[in-house]
Amino acid sequence: MNLAIRNGHLVDPKTGLDRPGDLFVSQGKIIAVGAEPPGFRAEKTIDAAGLIVAPGLIDLSARPAPLASDLAAAVAGGVTTLVSPPDMEPTLDEPERVQRLTRQANDLELARLLPLGALTRGLAGERLSEMNRLAAASCVAFSQGKSPLPDTRTLLSAFEYAATFGFPVWLQPQDECLSRDGVAHDGEVAARLGLIGIPVSAETVALSTLITLAADTGVRLHLCCVSSAAGMEMVKEARARGLPITCDASIHHLHFSERAIGFFNADARFNPPLRSERDRDAIRKGAAAGEAALSSDHTPQKQDDKQLPFGSARPGATGLELLLSLTLRWASEENLPLPKALAAVTSRAADILGREDLGHLGIGARADLCLFKADDAWTVAPDTLVSENKSTPFQGQTLLGRTRFTLVDGKVVFAAA
Amino acid sequence: MPDAPLPPQNHTPQLDARGALAHLLCIEGLPRETLTRILDTASSFLGLADREVKKVPLLRGKSVFNLFFENSTRTRTTFEIAAKRLSADVINLDISRSSTAKGETLLDTIDNLCAMHADMFVVRHADSGAPFLIAEHLRRMGYDDIHVVNAGDGRHAHPTQALLDMYTIRHFKQDFSSLTVTIVGDILHSRVARSDIAALSALGAGEIRVVAPQTLLPRAVASLGGASCGARVFHDLRKGLADADVVIMLRLQNERMNGALLPSAREYFQHYGLTPEKLALAKSDAIVMHPGPMNRGVEIASEVADGQQAVILNQVTFGIAVRMAVMSMLAGR
Repeated sequence: MNLAIRNGHLVDPKTGLDRPGDLFVSQGKIIAVGAEPPGFRAEKTIDAAGLIVAPGLIDLSARPAPLASDLAAAVAGGVTTLVSPPDMEPTLDEPERVQRLTRQANDLELARLLPLGALTRGLAGERLSEMNRLAAASCVAFSQGKSPLPDTRTLLSAFEYAATFGFPVWLQPQDECLSRDGVAHDGEVAARLGLIGIPVSAETVALSTLITLAADTGVRLHLCCVSSAAGMEMVKEARARGLPITCDASIHHLHFSERAIGFFNADARFNPPLRSERDRDAIRKGAAAGEAALSSDHTPQKQDDKQLPFGSARPGATGLELLLSLTLRWASEENLPLPKALAAVTSRAADILGREDLGHLGIGARADLCLFKADDAWTVAPDTLVSENKSTPFQGQTLLGRTRFTLVDGKVVFAAA
Repeated sequence: MPDAPLPPQNHTPQLDARGALAHLLCIEGLPRETLTRILDTASSFLGLADREVKKVPLLRGKSVFNLFFENSTRTRTTFEIAAKRLSADVINLDISRSSTAKGETLLDTIDNLCAMHADMFVVRHADSGAPFLIAEHLRRMGYDDIHVVNAGDGRHAHPTQALLDMYTIRHFKQDFSSLTVTIVGDILHSRVARSDIAALSALGAGEIRVVAPQTLLPRAVASLGGASCGARVFHDLRKGLADADVVIMLRLQNERMNGALLPSAREYFQHYGLTPEKLALAKSDAIVMHPGPMNRGVEIASEVADGQQAVILNQVTFGIAVRMAVMSMLAGR
């Protein structure tokens, strides 16, 4: 099908394009930007007057559950691709499970779902998973999700094996022993509230191990959810040495510090924990400097799992529908040009995935698009969120930026009412 | 860059819209006037124990539920005595052995007790923040006339203990502003220490010191007590005791004595146990306090515990008056 998107304001983070223009799509791909190709006959036209036309967002960490409501939430939030860690229910450590998940996701015809396979069987950190069989079942990389892999000998083997076949490994840097029993950043708020702390060293000790082993094995390493200034600095230093290492940070660590916990607000419980204001500022700077991509780390929790004393409440929050608005808020607070800010959730994420067909508006790219009105205000509330589980520390806040159309492979998968 | 606007739970949830005390959850956030009023009210109850009839009718017809999710016969008993002296009906629920064992959630338990027309919950819980969860739930459910008293939550707070400690200090020392108060022991795991520091800070104590090995201190210990009146940290008990007016010894839990935090009770006593010889470094009229129960020979030598400067039993007596004051201010007509 031929589709014309007219009168919009095009933003392509990859090239820095930031100007009014039309976009032409044929057979699911972008075929022209600006001037209409000769002989093009649009079967469908979207009037994008007043809208930003950008690549669809790529969320590097989202656990969609339940699948249908969260993939609907994704496209309502302008997210066209989401990467799902293996610590879902069921664990993605068998090809059949991965196939079932991707089949269900494909049948919904909403967002593109890229699964991460379990690095070890059952995420137990003991035996390697069948990476080649999982890759054949569409896993794009291998991960432990938020499960630890404390045995460094097994970790080394996993890196060696993954490197052999060129599989990337995605890990959250968190030392198992130093974070044991911890529920909050080991800082002022934990001291005041009597919560068991997770020191920054839980992240930096793990990073030191991971970076050392990555350098030794040559594995392509992506570090998920970096939370501290010291951690960001270590990643930056490793990248400067030319190691094939990338990282992301979550929108929660981008906007909140430990102070969001207030008096035991369980919605502000995260893994890794929200850290100090200094750490948050370093995350903001790292993302602005292009060192880190941004993810929603969408980990929806049921109300019952949050209505518990802080230390017993489950960490995580809904985020897919907030990724766009919170990226825009960060851009406006830091005075970042739109292409530069959106790069953190589009082209940079595509680079991390090694997908040249995603995350940009170049000719030949997949027509995964997000058309949004940048100054549309909306309030985060149970009835404005599509996702079934509504827990988020942003509840009640007014944000800017609302998706009007979302396209995947040139097909409209979401149109605002 | 300012934090994104804070969620509503950042407001001190224990004061109602008019600034009156609706619950007693922690000391933090309570104005000095409120603390002073509680201590003054306690003072008026203190003479009651010497009378033939020890009761006043302030809580007549009210039901006070003691919800002890964690065992503590001692604290529960002092709350029970306080409530009974106010003429309340007291119901003791030993929940650690009943509902939760059957899988009922904390808030399910609370809903059931609300349906039994409770007027007050006295809550002891092993998890920091549990009484806040209950108070927030009551607010959401519209039970504005049910009050929560925190009788100790995890490592977080033990506000009535702090108030009775403040009462004791005021009784013996009057003015807080000139005092050096030294708190010794396991600060990391101590709800008493956190509440004492908050109370001393609110009441304007001259200097607050904490003494412990680094393994028993929270990393951000210096931030306790707020920016204006932070705690001074000492690792050497002798230095921490120098010229102190008040010495508060903390209990060292058995399970912490031999492990990754401390090598042995013997070594702990050698460095952090209060002996007459070390106490002599404090002011000659210094008082020695302990929230009990004491481990003699671990954190405190018997000669000190039974000595002239110890006011540990006074604390117990004052504790009942302070708890009466809190309960009557929350639910009294």
